[in-house]
Amino acid sequence: MRDLFRKIRKTGRVAQDAPRAPEPVLPERARDLGGSVQIRHVDAGSCNGCEVEIASAFGPVYDAERYGARQVASPRHADALLVTGPVTRNMEMALRRTYEAVPEPKVVIALGDCARNCGVFAEAYGVVGAVGDVVPVDLEIPGCPPEPEAIVAALRGLTGR
Amino acid sequence: MTGIIGAVLQVVLVAAGAPLLVGLMRQVRARAEGRAGAGILQPWRDLRKLLRKEPITPHGTGPLFRMAPLLLAGTTLVVAAMIPLVTTRSPLDGAADLFAVTALLALGTVALALAGLDTGTAFGGMGASREMVVLALVEPTILLSTFAMSVRVGSTNLGAIVTSVLDDPQQVVFPASLLALVALVVVVIAEAGRIPVDNPSTHLELTMIHEAMVLEYAGPDLALVEWASAMRLTVLLGLLAGLFAPWGIAVDSPAMLPVGAAAIAAKVAVAGAALAAAEVFMAKLRMFRVPELLAGSFVLALFAVASSFFLVAP
Repeated sequence: MRDLFRKIRKTGRVAQDAPRAPEPVLPERARDLGGSVQIRHVDAGSCNGCEVEIASAFGPVYDAERYGARQVASPRHADALLVTGPVTRNMEMALRRTYEAVPEPKVVIALGDCARNCGVFAEAYGVVGAVGDVVPVDLEIPGCPPEPEAIVAALRGLTGR
Repeated sequence: MTGIIGAVLQVVLVAAGAPLLVGLMRQVRARAEGRAGAGILQPWRDLRKLLRKEPITPHGTGPLFRMAPLLLAGTTLVVAAMIPLVTTRSPLDGAADLFAVTALLALGTVALALAGLDTGTAFGGMGASREMVVLALVEPTILLSTFAMSVRVGSTNLGAIVTSVLDDPQQVVFPASLLALVALVVVVIAEAGRIPVDNPSTHLELTMIHEAMVLEYAGPDLALVEWASAMRLTVLLGLLAGLFAPWGIAVDSPAMLPVGAAAIAAKVAVAGAALAAAEVFMAKLRMFRVPELLAGSFVLALFAVASSFFLVAP
């Protein structure tokens, strides 16, 4: 316990200084949300590269939580679905049902090239299609995988902070 | 007159301050983790947004599911009006019996557990059964430890206990009070669903207790549940502060009310920040270890009662 306390004191703040707020991507949604976005992450068949980047976007260095974004455990609590990976056959129905479980108004974010256009998995036998083929997508974050800065910037566009 | 204004002040303070307390605790934790944190107003932003969202009643749920958040928030508000936070002269003081307070808090918990069962999902039922395990172990400890405090006063009325401590501050360092304090702190942590008993920010359904029961709530219902949970934490910390550090609580003069309000706000904020800071150093206990912790606090409460009979100061 003493070691941990010393470490906390020595490390101090590791969060980077906040860059300038980007333009809101969906201004009318950002007004509705009022600086608070609860996010449910759905892995529709990702290689887990995007998950690593999401984890660091919510980690201490980039700290997406300071802009009002928070990950939640249930789609019923969520405002936004963060979908990664091409939609595989086994996840198609699960993704549709998760989308239906989110209360209105809702936003779908397709994160990474696979979610946008299937990326390297295009036309693979187990893949139904991109996220946009299964549920309506409002916002796309390009990259394979996208950098944490890009993820944080997109989320800030939603929270408006 | 002091009583009525004081009770209204208590309810307003708890209702408005509870989300701020949660925000403060998250902020303390964020700073300890090296993060910047979302600010102490974030829980209010979350609640405002949830109120604007569409309410969803899952297929197959009955009236119980809709009623539980109202019952949870209602019972907590009644407790907030009853217990001595700002003043000991609450008009509901006659009902501010520690049995009534415990029963009211239990009523809210049971309502939420039944709502968790009502959804028919596996996680809802699992959360409800775990909550009942914790509740069954927590209730006797709350009763015993406040009983240890009431032996000296000869009454289980919370206002009377607090007034007696105010008259004779030495009581706080008696063995009975100290043992009861430790037992009550453990119980408050368990009842409010904090680490090491439950983790309020977990995403893993298998480790959830409170969160598992509310997985199906959405929009305004969820806002009510989260607000009520924050108020329960505030009320429990306020009760601890009232019983063991009652200085500043208004007794007779209305002029003391602002002082009482400021004192309770400061005490609860300090207690919440200390709890959040302590949580950084702890991991959540495995579910099977939780009864051991709660049994330990029950034994302490038992010692407290025993010592209040045998170790009486001359």
